[in-house]
Amino acid sequence: MQEKIKKIEEKDKKKEIPDFRSGDTVAVHLIINEGERQRIQVFEGIVLKRRGGGTRETFMVRKLSFGIGVERVFPLHSPLIKEIKVIKTGKVRRAYLSYLRKSH
Amino acid sequence: MIKAILGKKLGMSQIFREGEVIPVTVIETGPCVVVQKKTQDKDGYSAIQIGFDSVNPSRVNQCLRGHFQKHNVVPKRYLREIRVDDSQKFSSGAKIKVDIFKPGELVKVTGVSKGKGFTGVVKRWGFKGGPASHGAGGWRRRPGSIGASSDPSRVFKGKKMPGRMGNKRVTVLNLRVAEVNAQENLLLVRGAVPGSMGGLLYVESEEG
Repeated sequence: MQEKIKKIEEKDKKKEIPDFRSGDTVAVHLIINEGERQRIQVFEGIVLKRRGGGTRETFMVRKLSFGIGVERVFPLHSPLIKEIKVIKTGKVRRAYLSYLRKSH
Repeated sequence: MIKAILGKKLGMSQIFREGEVIPVTVIETGPCVVVQKKTQDKDGYSAIQIGFDSVNPSRVNQCLRGHFQKHNVVPKRYLREIRVDDSQKFSSGAKIKVDIFKPGELVKVTGVSKGKGFTGVVKRWGFKGGPASHGAGGWRRRPGSIGASSDPSRVFKGKKMPGRMGNKRVTVLNLRVAEVNAQENLLLVRGAVPGSMGGLLYVESEEG
């Protein structure tokens, strides 16, 4: 029964997704629709976590914007994500890097 | 053609539409088969009986097996009747498939909700219960007063009290069809639908 749902989800899945995990620094290229116009916005930061499976998989990216921490959760297979570029691979021992939020 | 079909709830998922995530319920629908035609003259009302989900003929008891044989249909697990204006327009053995629905159409889905067992008044009727703090103890999830005193000396009928919840026939109206997959006999409906996975559902168009 689950197989049939998987089959539908397979269709919505993206073909090429780079291999990345929490701790990596990624640049997410987002398609932003402004009425007629379409432009690309880049959100660059550290991946805090990935969660979920199938088409429902999401990932959370944290960046510092003018000294303020900003976090965004993206659906991994969203058609609005044009590209995910891995900029740096991190070296972490956690799946969810909540400790990055703590200021020292 | 009638715009109603029987199906089985497979579970929920999500799809992307113009960058938006849409929650959908996947329903395996049909193909259903018209088994019997009930007519005004013979039965006093006009309806068609449709069957869904083929089963091994040896699994069906003799009376049902005879019924299916008479109408020349492979035995089905579920039989349901649908009232129609003129059942003569249908022929037994005719298939009803998902493609009677189109994406964007509104449907209503009927099923049997998940049984919750014997539940209290907070879960069943949304009572507020008592305060969680400020020195209050022993009155967290209770129903409170159930009526006045010697007048009327009884509890009014229909008073909301604890009891069995769920496991009832529930219809959800105005669900939008997100996708129709005629090859796999799958219907994707936006939103949630009553019942557990594998439960029988009755999907009907909202038009007419």
